[in-house]
Amino acid sequence: MTRLIIRILAALSVIAGLNYVVWRWTASLNWDAWWIAIPLVLAETYSFIDVTLFSLTVWRMSQREDPPQAPPGLNVDVFITTYNEEPELVLATARAALAIHYPHRTWVLDDGARPEMREAVERLGAGYLSRGAEWVDKPRHAKAGNLNNALHETTGEFILILDADQVPYPEILDRTLGYFNDRKVAFVQTPQYFGNVPDDDPLGSQAPLFYGPIQQGKDGWNAAFFCGSNAVLRREALMQLGLTNYVADTEARVRRALAVGQRVVRRARRRPEARDPKVASLLSHVESAIGEGSRRLVAGDSIGDATYRVQANVDAAVRTLVAEDLAGVSIDVAALREELGMDSPFDEATEELDEAVERLAARDLSPLGALESVRAVLDALSVERLHEAQPIMPLSTISVTEDMSTSMRLHASGWRSIYHHEILAVGLAPEDLPSMLTQRTRWAQGTVQVMLRESPLTMRGLSWGQRLMYFNTMWSYLSGFAAVVYFAGPLAYLLAGVLPVNAISVDFFARFFPFMVVNQLMFWVAAQGAKTWRGQQYNLALFPTWIKACTTAAANVWFGRPLGFAVTPKARQEGGRPLRLLWPQAIVAALLVIACVAGIVRWVLGLNQGLGTLVNIAWTVFDFALLSVLIGAAKYRGYDPARESAFQTTKEKK
Amino acid sequence: MRFAVEERDGYTEVSAQGRLNMVGAPLLKATVADAIESGHRLLVLNLGDTEFMDSSGLGALVGCLKAARQAGGDLRIANVGEQVEMVLKLTSMDRILTPYRHVEDAYKDA
Repeated sequence: MTRLIIRILAALSVIAGLNYVVWRWTASLNWDAWWIAIPLVLAETYSFIDVTLFSLTVWRMSQREDPPQAPPGLNVDVFITTYNEEPELVLATARAALAIHYPHRTWVLDDGARPEMREAVERLGAGYLSRGAEWVDKPRHAKAGNLNNALHETTGEFILILDADQVPYPEILDRTLGYFNDRKVAFVQTPQYFGNVPDDDPLGSQAPLFYGPIQQGKDGWNAAFFCGSNAVLRREALMQLGLTNYVADTEARVRRALAVGQRVVRRARRRPEARDPKVASLLSHVESAIGEGSRRLVAGDSIGDATYRVQANVDAAVRTLVAEDLAGVSIDVAALREELGMDSPFDEATEELDEAVERLAARDLSPLGALESVRAVLDALSVERLHEAQPIMPLSTISVTEDMSTSMRLHASGWRSIYHHEILAVGLAPEDLPSMLTQRTRWAQGTVQVMLRESPLTMRGLSWGQRLMYFNTMWSYLSGFAAVVYFAGPLAYLLAGVLPVNAISVDFFARFFPFMVVNQLMFWVAAQGAKTWRGQQYNLALFPTWIKACTTAAANVWFGRPLGFAVTPKARQEGGRPLRLLWPQAIVAALLVIACVAGIVRWVLGLNQGLGTLVNIAWTVFDFALLSVLIGAAKYRGYDPARESAFQTTKEKK
Repeated sequence: MRFAVEERDGYTEVSAQGRLNMVGAPLLKATVADAIESGHRLLVLNLGDTEFMDSSGLGALVGCLKAARQAGGDLRIANVGEQVEMVLKLTSMDRILTPYRHVEDAYKDA
């Protein structure tokens, strides 16, 4: 029944929205004020598309009843990821993980490699993992790297991933493993819920709309997102992903290296270092080796065989050169020794020489090392993924939100996903504004990175429903730009009397209000009693965060600039002046106040008396209502369990 | 999973008997690491008695290939059964590793 009502409201929202937006584009634009009219109609179109995508999401909201029973005897690992969280917090999670009913092994993945953590974890009886020597001087890929490292060290068929602060319930595996009876299911995601959040949720930590209708809707489209924690994954799916990605990446890299290789070598031969006849002859060997590699690949040889040929030919040439050099040196030494009257046992010398050739011909000391561009080409002409610690990387490393990218790739390779809507772990949300902003920035940056690196709209293997589900989340992070325009609208009118629409008339209200009302009604019904107002407030109020995330992510993807990535602190950050973080919002608020006063003054002076001023003042008041969330956030001093205890007990009874 | 390492003419044959899955994969890696450690460089993995291989097994193959290459040698595969051939195709791993028909073919060119 609810589903039918939601579908009716969703359809009406889109129809009413279309009716409004088409009218806005075709009949209402005030071209004299195009500089505000065009941005405003674009922002409204943005919002309309957002509503349409949301309608599409909830259209298929899944309503899963009890999960299938977990079959006995599955081989399960529980991973707890930590970087710098307090040991006590990690250990509390580890204790709860050990107490999970379904038989399993518990591992703490400590990226901080803290000896005292190892000791404490092992004392509890859990396993401890940290990165090995292969990671030295290689990209670490943050949490994705930590998980990939652990996947190589363990053998569980299913893996429950928990952030350090996510304390699991004992039944978490019993409630989720049954879904894997379907052999195409790659992961089961459960909600992330936070226990240290007061009822009024000043920082908007709970995401009832996301871990609710949005994930349920995505689930209906077989596009539930993996969110990095509180999810069970199938090892086989991850390993397959890692392999496919390894093959594709290696093949692309080797082909590229072969294509440019000969040109790079030819260029190197013109450099002054190559004037030495020995180096010149070595380079000509390298050039012909690369040529042969290309020919072999064209002839149908595998990448492995072709690259082995190249490396073997180059190694042989290098060894000859080094041996000649050393032979020259040893003749000199022998002559010297003879002059000085020292005996030199011949056998020993050749043995030493062989050893020296081997050592000096090795990658790091080879004379080719001097010609870096050639070295780089030869390194690329390998199947070992020398630039990475591990050739196979099951979790995607293209984004700081490895989870979303991984689930998108899983969906693209035909795997299924489940969103199981039941709280099975309780975590800790950031308790202060700076930490919260860091966290939101990272999510937004990661999402935009994925959008720009591997757009779901063009990714092969995804259905159109899946594409739109991923695109929707990425699209929603563009809201910062729309928010700026929504603030500018009333400013333009109240301060300067410029109206972006032709007239505020019956035409406007007759189209705007139905859209607004139906759309809010749909949100309300879809939310099924969850409080979504905080989310709506933050969506607008954090506009500088969203904009910064978009621009930094674009600069990172297109120009290779660093993101300024930070791990979300789990402990409350002390100090920090909220105003230094919220100055854009403060300026906007001040401007809106000035605009309201100006609007009233203009009215008193006999200017713009009428609906325009009223509507714009109402609009400003609405903006204030949304922005006001930041006052509570800035004043928030962390979670006080005593104050909340009454509320907690009522909730636990449920 | 049972392994045998035997020195042949110009290469070393490693035969793997059993199921190369998440349980067998670490054992293969250890066997190959030991072989490299004791001086073997040109390795052929005889998969004739490998009844089953999954992604973890393939992952171990890549790990072994890396280890062999870094030691200046190589790892090739031969005598693959139907199921193994299928997973090699499915993941495109056959584009990286040529499955040779017979163990003795693997280093014919070397």
